[in-house]
Amino acid sequence: MSSLNYAAPTTVDEAVKLLAGASGLAKVLSGGTDLLVQLRAGRLKPDLIVDTKKIPGIIGIRKGSDGGFVIGAATPGAEVEANAELNAAWPGLVEALDLIGSTQVQGRCSLAGNLCNASPAADSVPALYAAGAIAVVVGSKGRREVPVEQIPTGPGRTSLAKDEFILEFKLPPRGPRSADAYLRFIPRTEMDIAVVGCGINVTLDEKGVCTAARVALGAVSPTVIMVPEAAQILVGHTLDADTLAKLDAAAQAAAKPITDKRGTVEYRKKIAGVLARRVAAIAFDRAQGKTNGKAH
Amino acid sequence: MAKQHVTAVINGEETEFLCETQQTMLDVLRDVIGLTGSKEGCASGDCGACSVIVDGRLVCSCLMLGVEAEGKAITTIEGVADGETLHPVQQKFLEHAALQCGFCTPGLIVAAKALLDENPNPTETEARYWLAGNLCRCTGYDKVIRAVMDAAAVMRGEAAR
Ligand SMILES: Cc1cc2nc3c(=O)[nH]c(=O)nc-3n(C[C@H](O)[C@H](O)[C@H](O)COP(=O)(O)OP(=O)(O)OC[C@H]3O[C@@H](n4cnc5c(N)ncnc54)[C@H](O)[C@@H]3O)c2cc1C
Ligand code: FES
Ligand code: FES
Repeated sequence: MSSLNYAAPTTVDEAVKLLAGASGLAKVLSGGTDLLVQLRAGRLKPDLIVDTKKIPGIIGIRKGSDGGFVIGAATPGAEVEANAELNAAWPGLVEALDLIGSTQVQGRCSLAGNLCNASPAADSVPALYAAGAIAVVVGSKGRREVPVEQIPTGPGRTSLAKDEFILEFKLPPRGPRSADAYLRFIPRTEMDIAVVGCGINVTLDEKGVCTAARVALGAVSPTVIMVPEAAQILVGHTLDADTLAKLDAAAQAAAKPITDKRGTVEYRKKIAGVLARRVAAIAFDRAQGKTNGKAH
Repeated sequence: MAKQHVTAVINGEETEFLCETQQTMLDVLRDVIGLTGSKEGCASGDCGACSVIVDGRLVCSCLMLGVEAEGKAITTIEGVADGETLHPVQQKFLEHAALQCGFCTPGLIVAAKALLDENPNPTETEARYWLAGNLCRCTGYDKVIRAVMDAAAVMRGEAAR
């Protein structure tokens, strides 16, 4: 009846060989919460599905040799959310992934799927960018480490070769007075697509002055974007009114959204500024130990 | 490709089936195995009518391939009651009349069971967020939430069955 093949390899080598040898379109399957919807809608007609979830390490959370967290590419959101240590070190990344879909979707959705589906509005992606996460990519030519912001190249497109997939994500080791946060704006409280999303990660000194920052915006451009101009405004400052105003302006200037049913260009730019202020405030508070609760 | 042979434990029983790659777990349950309790409301992960528990995790069976079931333990609505004895969530759905057309009910009951397996003492807010992926066009959710909170109390031994 159909020619769609399926394989669930148990090693990286086997998976890479299958992808490299596929005659037509081959798709990697993690949680399937994007892939199955696209298959069903007929938007995608692959010849081969390579389910990578049986590869050891692709699901799970561990500490790397440098002390930083390593998150398996296909680890479901529910498993990430349940990890207390990761929550304490990277509350922004965890809350961003946790925003995806329902409890049912959380049972399957992964960071790799969210990143490689390459939607500009993907919720965990601004947080991954802000964290400075590194994707460990495997393929026929071996293994390479790629900053996450180099993976998506446009809506639904990535820089990965046909025979490549992401095995895991490395987060940098966490020093003192460092924290991240993510907020998205949606018109309701659950189950919606971001009008704008913002992830910010900061490190402060003893006086609360920012020494390092990364700022990322979602849904205001064809891909999630880094906003180094906004990060530069934070560095060397506490979060005073002047810094917040400049951060707001930088986020608005970086946002190049489109008008669609979720919002106009003007509205999205404005929201980008407002979210940047709010997310920075949460990240600074967390870095100073003032809050460790969730932003939602 | 020839049909794939899959072995899984479904509602406690080892089950073998054949399926095509593109058949979802929901297609397999309904059309291959004949367990038609799980419903297809949307086939896109939005409504939760197809909810099942796979190795302890609540998922939409419409967003999982049948072939992915290999080696997994799956609980569907048909496996929630203990023989003739209803699960407290089922009993309380009846008592509170937490259903009208009933299309969403299997998914809601499976999802509520998964919640109470993980968190025997949820707040109403936790229960509402947990069930946010289960859409019901009839009840307005209030009776559903009353039933789930009441079932939780029963399971903790704080209220009568
Ligand atoms: C009801 C519902 C609600 C949703 N809500 C949200 C939301 O609020 N926010 C949001 O951001 N998203 C949302 N999504 C979209 C989706 O759940 C996320 O994008 C999710 O993170 C995808 O992960 P996955 O593991 O299911 O990906 P899959 O569907 O398995 O894969 C997605 C894409 O990534 C590729 N891929 C997967 N794994 C790898 C890998 N290891 N290496 C390379 N490529 C890979 C696949 O080939 C495919 O192209 C929602 C989806 C549904 C059904
Ligand atoms: S049928 Fe699966 S979520 Fe609607
Ligand atoms: S009872 Fe009709 S959809 Fe819920």
